Amino acid sequence: MKTDRRTVLRGLMGGGVVTVGLPVLDCFLNANGDAWADNGQALPPVFGTWFQHLGLNPGMWEPKVIGPGFENNIQLKVLDPYRDRMNIFSGMKYFIEGRPLQTHTTTSQIATTGAIPFGTEGGPSVDAKIAEQIGARRRFRSLEVNLSGARKSYSQRSGTSLNPSEPSPTSLYTRIFGPEFKDPNAATFEPDPMAMARKSVLSNVSEHLNETRKELGAADKRRLDEYLTSIRQIEQQLAIELEKPAPLPACRVPEAVKEATPGTVLEDVAQNSKLFAGLLGYAAACGQSQVFNVMVDSMNLRKAGSAYTWHMATHEESVDESLGYQRDVFEFNTWANLVFLDFLKTLDAVKEGPGSLLDRTLILWQTDHSDARVHGLEKVPLITVGSAGKRIKTGVHVLASGDPVTRVSLSVMQAFGVPINSWGERSNGTSRTIGEIMV
Amino acid sequence: MTLRRFLFGSIAALAFGFSASHAAAPDRETPARRLTPEQYTQIIADVFGSAIKIGGRFDPGFRVDGLLEVGASQANISPSGMEQYDVIARSIAAQVLDEQRRELMVHCKPKSATAPDDACAGRFLTDVGEILFRRPLSDREVRLHVRSAREAAAGLKDFYAGLGLSLAAMLSEPQFLFRHENFEADPDRRGELRLDAYSKASRLSFFLWNAGPDRALLAAARKGELETPQGLARQVDRMIASPRLESGLRAFFADMLHFEDFGTLTKDNAIYPKFSAQVAGDAQEQTLRTVVDVVLHEQGDYRDIFTTKKTHLTRPLAAIYQVPLAVRAPNGAPEKWLPYEFSANDPRGGVLMQVAFVTLHSHPGRSSPTLRGKALREIFLCQKVPAPPGDVSFTIVQDTSNPVYKTARERLLAHATSPICTGCHKITDPMGLALENFDGGGSYRTTENGVPLDTAGEIDGVKFTNGAELGRAIHDNAAATSCLVDRMSAYALGRTPAKTEAAEWVAPLKQGFAADKYGVPALMRRIATSPEFYRAAPILEPRKDAALRTSVEGSR
Repeated sequence: MKTDRRTVLRGLMGGGVVTVGLPVLDCFLNANGDAWADNGQALPPVFGTWFQHLGLNPGMWEPKVIGPGFENNIQLKVLDPYRDRMNIFSGMKYFIEGRPLQTHTTTSQIATTGAIPFGTEGGPSVDAKIAEQIGARRRFRSLEVNLSGARKSYSQRSGTSLNPSEPSPTSLYTRIFGPEFKDPNAATFEPDPMAMARKSVLSNVSEHLNETRKELGAADKRRLDEYLTSIRQIEQQLAIELEKPAPLPACRVPEAVKEATPGTVLEDVAQNSKLFAGLLGYAAACGQSQVFNVMVDSMNLRKAGSAYTWHMATHEESVDESLGYQRDVFEFNTWANLVFLDFLKTLDAVKEGPGSLLDRTLILWQTDHSDARVHGLEKVPLITVGSAGKRIKTGVHVLASGDPVTRVSLSVMQAFGVPINSWGERSNGTSRTIGEIMV
Repeated sequence: MTLRRFLFGSIAALAFGFSASHAAAPDRETPARRLTPEQYTQIIADVFGSAIKIGGRFDPGFRVDGLLEVGASQANISPSGMEQYDVIARSIAAQVLDEQRRELMVHCKPKSATAPDDACAGRFLTDVGEILFRRPLSDREVRLHVRSAREAAAGLKDFYAGLGLSLAAMLSEPQFLFRHENFEADPDRRGELRLDAYSKASRLSFFLWNAGPDRALLAAARKGELETPQGLARQVDRMIASPRLESGLRAFFADMLHFEDFGTLTKDNAIYPKFSAQVAGDAQEQTLRTVVDVVLHEQGDYRDIFTTKKTHLTRPLAAIYQVPLAVRAPNGAPEKWLPYEFSANDPRGGVLMQVAFVTLHSHPGRSSPTLRGKALREIFLCQKVPAPPGDVSFTIVQDTSNPVYKTARERLLAHATSPICTGCHKITDPMGLALENFDGGGSYRTTENGVPLDTAGEIDGVKFTNGAELGRAIHDNAAATSCLVDRMSAYALGRTPAKTEAAEWVAPLKQGFAADKYGVPALMRRIATSPEFYRAAPILEPRKDAALRTSVEGSR
C-alpha cells in the first residue's frame, strides 16, 4: 500500500475518538524536507521581530562593501555564520518632522508602525499586519516575549490594543506546551469533552455579541471588533484542540522550563533568550504559531552586581579617543549580538528535513536610535536574517541614504503576502520596496 | 446607535454601550474603561467572598494624560490577555462551584446533579449577574447564559460544571470586563444625554470605592432615587462615610503617584544593600498611609501631605530612615506597621522625602535631581516637562566619578551650558536638587563624594534651602491644589475634561476645594453630587497635542 500523508490523515479523521499508532515518517516530506510530499505545498513561513534599543556603535557595524558579498564590520563579525542568510541596511533615517521627540519611544513607534501617533491613535505594527496574513489560523496568532523580565512589547493591533510580552520562559512554556497542547505526532487522539462544552458556550457568546454589533455606532463597532478578535483566538484554540492535528515530523515537545529568572542581569537575559528561542522554535515547528516578537528591552540591562545600565552607559561614557567609540557601550552591543547569534543558532537547530526552521523564517532586527549617546536619528541600523523560504534574497548590504526605515518593513510585509503598496505616514511613509532583496 | 434607542432604553443599549452618539451628531467619546486588576478582584470578592483566589495575569495598563484610569478608557484586550481572562474566569468558576462551596453559593438545588436545570441555573446567573454586570441582566442575556449552562451541563453530564462554564463566560464578556455606560435623554437639558440610573451608580461607586455598586446602591438606582439631588446625596453621604472610601482614595493616589512603576524598578544591591522588594512594597504603603491619614483619618488639608512629620514605618523602612523602631512580634510574624513622628528639627517630613518618591524617581545606583524635579512638576503640579531633544550628549551630567564635578549640581551646571538643555533643566533641577539629601536608595546624606551638598533652589519666585522648605513651597503653591482637582476630575470621568467642562465644572470645583480648606473627601462629594459628573462628554474638539503614552519605559 502506498503510504502518504493524505491516506494516514483520512484514516485518522474517520472516527470521533481515534487511537491509531502514528509513526513519524520522513516520507511525509518531499526530498528536500521543506514541503509536504503529496502536494508540494511548502511548510508555512515564520516571521519574527527582534527589537533591541540603543542602536549600535556608529562606524563599527556598517559593511564597507555595498551589495552582495559584503564582509561584516567589527561589531557584527559575530554574526558571520549567518552572513549569507542576512541582509544589512544602512543609511536609513527616522523623520521627526518637528514633532516632539519622546526619546527612545517616538522612534520605536516609527520603526514598528511607520508613524508617530497622536496619543493612543497608533495603527498596527508590522508583525500584526503579517500575523493577520499568516497567523490567524494558528493556535497563537503571535507570541511576544521580553528578555528583561518586563511586559513591554511594541506589538499592537492598534494604539489601544497592545500585545504585552511574556516575561518568563516558564509561563510561556505552560501557555504553549501545557495541558491544552495537542502533540501533532501523538499516537492517540481524544477530543476533550470539556473543550467541546467551552467551545459551544463561547460560540453562544460571540453569536450574541455579533447580533448586538449590528445595532452599534462606528466607535462601538471598532472597539467590539477588537474584543471579538481576541475572543476568536480562544475559539480558534478550542477548535484546534478538538481536531486531530496534522503530523509535523520536526515537532518535538521541548523539555519543560521549570525554572527561569526573568530580570535585567545580562547572564539571566542571555539564558532566558536561549530558553525563549527553544520554545518559539518548537512552537513554530509544532504548528502552534508563525509569528513571534522578541523585545530585548535593553535600557535597564546591566552586569550582575552593577548599577550601571546599558542606557546609562550610552549617555555617560565618554568616547574613548584612542578607539573612537564608547568602550562599555561597545561591550554591551557585542554581548547583545552574541545573544542574537545564539537565538538564531537555536532556531537553526530545529531540523526540518535536510534544512532547518530558520530556512522558512525571516527575522527583522530593529532599534530605536543610531548613536544612542546623542539619541541619533540618522544612519539607523536594520538587519534581516533568513529568507522565509526564499521569499527574499539574502547576503546583501543595502545602502539607502536618507530613506525611511519603512522601506524595509514594506518589503518584508510584501514578501509575506500582505496586500499593501505603501507603509508609514508622511516622511516616514514609502511605497518603494527594496529591489535588491525582492524576489 | 441612535438617540431613539437610548430614549426607548433598548436592549442593544444595555448590551455594549460603549459610546453614545445620535443621528444628528458625530460619535462622541464616552469611553468604557477596562476594569483594573484591583477592581476585578474587588468585584469577585464582593460577589463570592475574598477567599476566592484570582490566579492569572492581567494585561498591563497604560497611562494617558497622567493617569492609568484615563488610559483604561482606551485600553482593549489583547489575544494573550483574553487567554488570561479565560484562565482566571474558569479558575474562579471552579472555586465557586467546587463541592465545598456550591451549596453556599447556589441558593437552589438542581433536580439532578448530572443534568441541566434551567430554573436553578437561571436563578444563580441572574443573581450573580447583577453584581458582575453592575445592572440587572436583560431577558436576552438571561436566556443566553441559561442556554449556555444547559448545553454545557448536558454535554458534560454535570449541572455544576455546566453552570461553571456559563459563569466563566460571563466573566470573559465585555459587559463585565469593561465599565460600559448607557445614556438617556437628559430631562434638564434639551437634546443632551446623561447616564442612566445603573451607569450612574457604577460611575459613582468606582469613583468613591474603586468597586462596583453594592446591593443598596443598585436598589437605589432601581427605585430611581439617584435621579433626585436628595436621593443622590443620600447615597453619596452613605458611601463617603463607609470604610470603603479608603480603597477609593488609595486607588486614586496610587494611580496619581505612578506606583505601578515599582513593578519594574531595580536598585543596585551593592550600592543600596537595604533596598529590597519588601522595602519597595513598604515604601508605597508608607506613602499611601501618610496620605490617607492626612486627608481621611484626620480630615485634614491636602497640602499637609507635603509637610507632615507623621508617618508609619516597618522595620525595613526604619533601617533606611535610620530611626529606632521597637517592634515586639513573634518570630516569623508579618512586618508590623507602627506610627512614627519625626521630631520638629528633623529635616525629614512630607511625601516628597519619603522612600517611595525619592527611589522611584532615581537611577538604579544614583539619585537624579532631573528625574525627581520632572516627577514633582508632572505628578503634583500637573506641568509638562519636555523630553530631551535628539542629537544631544549627556556625558558630563551623571558621571559620578568625574574628578572635577563631584556633586550632581556641579555636573548639571557643566552640562547645561548649551541653551537647548538649559531651558528644561531650569524647570526640573532646582526642585530636584533640594532632594539631594536623599540618595537613590532613600537614605539621608549630607555630602556627595566628600563635598557638602547645596540643596538651595527656587520655584515660582519662592526660595528654599532644603527639602523641608521645598515641601513648604509646594504646600503653598497654588498649582498643587489645582493639580489635585484636575487629576481627580479626570480620574472620575475616565478622560480629561473638555474645555467647556474645565471652565464650567472643574474651575468651580477648585474654588470649592479652597472653600472646603482643601478637604479631599469634601472634594469627592462635590464631584459625586454634581450633575456634570453624570453627563455624556461634549463633542470633542480634535486634539492637536501629542499626548504620547507615558508608560512606555515602565509598565507597557
